[in-house]
Amino acid sequence: MDTNNIISPENLVYAKPELMNDNHMHYCPGCSHGVVHKVIADVIMELGLQEKTIGIAPVGCAVFAYKYLDIDWQEAAHGRAPALATATKRLLPDRMVFTYQGDGDLAAIGTAETIHAANRGENIAIIFINNGIYGMTGGQMAPTTLKDMKTSTSPDGRNVQTMGNPLKILDMLALLDGVCLATRTSVHTPAAVKKTRRMIRLAFENSMAGKGTSIVEVVSTCNAGWKMTPAAANDWMVEHMFPVYPIGDLKNI
Amino acid sequence: MSEEITLMKGNEAIAYAAIRYGVDGYFGYPITPQSEIIETLMEAAPWNTTGMVVLQAESEVAAINMVYGGASCGKYAMTSSSSPGISLKQEGISYMAGAELPGLIVNVQRGGPGLGTIQPSQADYFQTVKGGGHGDYRLITLAPNSVQEMADFVALGFELAFKYRNPAMILTDGVIGQMMEKVKLPEYRRRRTEQEIREQCPWATLGKTADREPNIITSLELDSAVMEKNNERFQAKYRVVEENEVRYQEVKCEDADYLLVAFGSAARICLKTIQLAREQGIRVGLLRPITLWPFPTKVLNEYAGRVKGMLTVELNAGQMVEDVRLAVNGKIPVEHYGRLGGIVPTPDGVLDALIEKMVK
Repeated sequence: MDTNNIISPENLVYAKPELMNDNHMHYCPGCSHGVVHKVIADVIMELGLQEKTIGIAPVGCAVFAYKYLDIDWQEAAHGRAPALATATKRLLPDRMVFTYQGDGDLAAIGTAETIHAANRGENIAIIFINNGIYGMTGGQMAPTTLKDMKTSTSPDGRNVQTMGNPLKILDMLALLDGVCLATRTSVHTPAAVKKTRRMIRLAFENSMAGKGTSIVEVVSTCNAGWKMTPAAANDWMVEHMFPVYPIGDLKNI
Repeated sequence: MSEEITLMKGNEAIAYAAIRYGVDGYFGYPITPQSEIIETLMEAAPWNTTGMVVLQAESEVAAINMVYGGASCGKYAMTSSSSPGISLKQEGISYMAGAELPGLIVNVQRGGPGLGTIQPSQADYFQTVKGGGHGDYRLITLAPNSVQEMADFVALGFELAFKYRNPAMILTDGVIGQMMEKVKLPEYRRRRTEQEIREQCPWATLGKTADREPNIITSLELDSAVMEKNNERFQAKYRVVEENEVRYQEVKCEDADYLLVAFGSAARICLKTIQLAREQGIRVGLLRPITLWPFPTKVLNEYAGRVKGMLTVELNAGQMVEDVRLAVNGKIPVEHYGRLGGIVPTPDGVLDALIEKMVK
């Protein structure tokens, strides 16, 4: 047996989902975005929603999410994705509509759009990447930046007396009657990826079943913005992010 | 009884015309003096009849972004507001222009700046036709002067918006929005089927089918060489609009020595001024721009060779007067008369200004 006859369909245990195209990703090596993109592609394929899914991309590192998954996409203004998703789902109720947003997009400039879409119980799925930093603009402080965490706009560390506290927006969203799923996951281990996949699948199923708003917060790394190796970033996330943003369901009904 | 004529406010006419035109979604936020639009829609409950979605958003920002989302699906999506709220919508309008999305925005203007007053004004002319948001873009702008035109311009606005894949605005004010007049509403049109939308808007994000590439609605392009090409495409489109879509009305212009130039409610006042002036032997006509962009530049330039002067009458400190001066290009005097802060000019006031500034 040589490599040529190993690469055959019957030996396939892992593959890039068909929905993902061959465009080179702009994400930094070690970034969580690529893994979450793949999970979303897998789930859309599993559920057979290729022709029914409309994605809403944010402003932030994932602004080009629309380049990697071969579905229809709308690119929103910063923070406005839930407003676009609201109209899209209301006007096309049998479609699966999801937003993909970072912490700056969802928890700072888009707080109002996020909370009110969730409060109305819009039948959309919100995939929320929380890495505690603005990646795209070069590592500035985010609403979710941890206490004492250094960023380019908190060079001496986040002083919570003057810069506010880490915003636990998922906890706020979980209180809203329109929300059916508010859960935190991560993608730093194979087991965590599997859990994220189950939760994103549930969120998409909730959207199609009209159960209300589902939010999957993926606590993520930004090794470039955190100025760490990918492995060190994973360890740092477990040690520092998880105590503030604990993994698990806040609401699942 | 073949014609159904009813009495209603301009704001109500917008709402009923939207239902009858087959609009798919209205997204709004209350603000005086236009709240009757969303109130009328909620009362009419068109989701039970035509299937139209009506939603009260959490802000004007959210509402215009809902229009962006709806328009991205090829749907007839609209919003309405008044001046302070329209300022908030500028972000979304710029993004719609950049993503080449068709949609309808109604501005029932009130006096500013800031929170200003709830009384009528035309002080958002610059904001509307010079680009209130960022970037080089144009907004197709219709200026109704009656409740009938409020009703009619819903259809016209959507037709032009979809013809050119560009946002369109009905720029009106508290006078036209609040006053009651008789109106003949348009006939009911069936909302378009999804198949019809797919044919009309092959770019729409309705879900990617196997027979086509993904549709992506975006205004983003980081490659400056490509972004310049995008801008050149927009500009070429704007030139086509300017060539083909100018609309205006002429009243007693044939023998006029002086021309009043006014739009919307100011133009209604000028109709009476023409009568008063002619009783005094002053031959005055009115040129009423119906489209503020594209502006009736050519016809104003032609009249500059035939009349002695032009007076713009506006509910502002002198905004459209700049475009009239550009059109006339120094051939004849062009003056401005306006009242500010929610005060509406009177026909006598306009006549006095005409005599003082022009006739002497």
